Amino acid sequence: MSTRSVVPFGPQHPVLPEPIHLDLVLEDEKVVEAVPSIGFIHRGLESLVGKKDFNDYTYIAERICGICSFMHGMSYCEAVEHIMNIEIPERAKYLRTIWCELSRLHSHLLWLGLLADGFGFESLFMQSWRLRENILDMVEASTGGRLISSVNKIGGQLKDVPNDMIRGFVAKLKDMEKDIREMTDTFLNDYTVNSRLRGVGILTKQQALDLGAVGPFMRASGIALDTRKRGYAAYSNIELEPITSDIGDCYARTYVRIQEIFQSIDIIRQAAEKIPDGEVAVPVKGFPSGEYFMRVEQPRGEAIYYVKANGTKFLDRFRVRTPTFANLPGMLETLKGCQLADVPMMILTIDPCISCTER
Amino acid sequence: MLKVSKSPWLLHYDGSSCNGCDIEVLACLTPLYDVERFGIINTGNPKHADIFLITGGINKQNESVVKQIYSQMPNPKVVVAVGICACNGGVFKDCYNIMGGVDKVIPVDIYVPGCAARPESIMDGVVKAIALLDEKRKSVGKEAAE
Repeated sequence: MSTRSVVPFGPQHPVLPEPIHLDLVLEDEKVVEAVPSIGFIHRGLESLVGKKDFNDYTYIAERICGICSFMHGMSYCEAVEHIMNIEIPERAKYLRTIWCELSRLHSHLLWLGLLADGFGFESLFMQSWRLRENILDMVEASTGGRLISSVNKIGGQLKDVPNDMIRGFVAKLKDMEKDIREMTDTFLNDYTVNSRLRGVGILTKQQALDLGAVGPFMRASGIALDTRKRGYAAYSNIELEPITSDIGDCYARTYVRIQEIFQSIDIIRQAAEKIPDGEVAVPVKGFPSGEYFMRVEQPRGEAIYYVKANGTKFLDRFRVRTPTFANLPGMLETLKGCQLADVPMMILTIDPCISCTER
Repeated sequence: MLKVSKSPWLLHYDGSSCNGCDIEVLACLTPLYDVERFGIINTGNPKHADIFLITGGINKQNESVVKQIYSQMPNPKVVVAVGICACNGGVFKDCYNIMGGVDKVIPVDIYVPGCAARPESIMDGVVKAIALLDEKRKSVGKEAAE
């Protein structure tokens, strides 16, 4: 007869750099229920709109999360630009696209490393983080910061990037592609890695729909949705097809993210070919009045930003629905019935970002 | 005599930061920066740790967790506050549930500024922590002898 026991997981634990607490209800080695408790990183950023004016708030929005920092700042700016009817220069749109994809590249390489660390393959963790440093060098060369770039402003970008540098990035990425493929082939073909990922944590297409999963977690269950197809920044001029898999297990989620790395490299190449010359910002006058929902595709999935402005320099309300929050119900569903040793895999394959979720 | 300074073990905890400094702490461990060449190893167990790297401005819910981790670490121990939020709250200083710095909760020995703190400055902080760990070890030895 099996006995029930509760294993507390977190808040300080070796799987993620961030604190989350799960009470895992076990029957022998099998997880029957997972009860999350969160709030360890809640800072109350949304309430800061009442203390910082809407231009300064860009820097707060960038600090919602250190990984998708650029995308948070950009989406906030785009939302306010929509409210104020500002049309930013074409060049700024393309720069945003390039930086978004660089963020996605470094985020996915970071995640692959954490996944490798999660199943105890330390040299693979080191390899993917070694490759990630090249991406960070590009981000640093073009923005000045490794993680928090602070190049967004309402009405465009604060910095321009020389065309030579962008072409250099494309050439560098082309060289890196071979190294990345060599590294990712280990994830996809290695026998031991496969035994940890295949058939583990299956989320069916119906479950993904019912539980409102987003991003690679959803696409790995066979739903071809990608918010980039809506065409914010310069994505309307970029050709891309959502990458999907219809298996829905940890392996499929790894596969989707790996293919997205190569897709991002392709998008940067397309953007570098099409980027026009010109200004990168337009002057902004007056205060915003109105409200807007902004939807963007972050590395972890679709994020929604709601901005409500009242015609003064302070916004009424700012709200973010982050991808990890949308993926938590799906993750809890996959945790039911899994083995205790697979718990880190389930948690990692939604690519949780607790800082975004709790703000 | 224990030779702790030859191979100090790190414990890293995210005390309500934005993740930026945490990723940089991890980046220190990877091939480009590779702090393991100094014998520094990242551990998940507070009872094995000598240096406590903590990021973020600590919110109310995290307060007891941080205190608990700190009390579980054996003496001598050094606390390094990584990033401007850990130093004094940074951009989150005005947030309603941010304590405003690690030193409001536990004693801090070394402050590493930056947003996000660069791996070079984190390593600088850790190297300073090693020297401090040596000093503290001597005083712990003296107390025991007396």
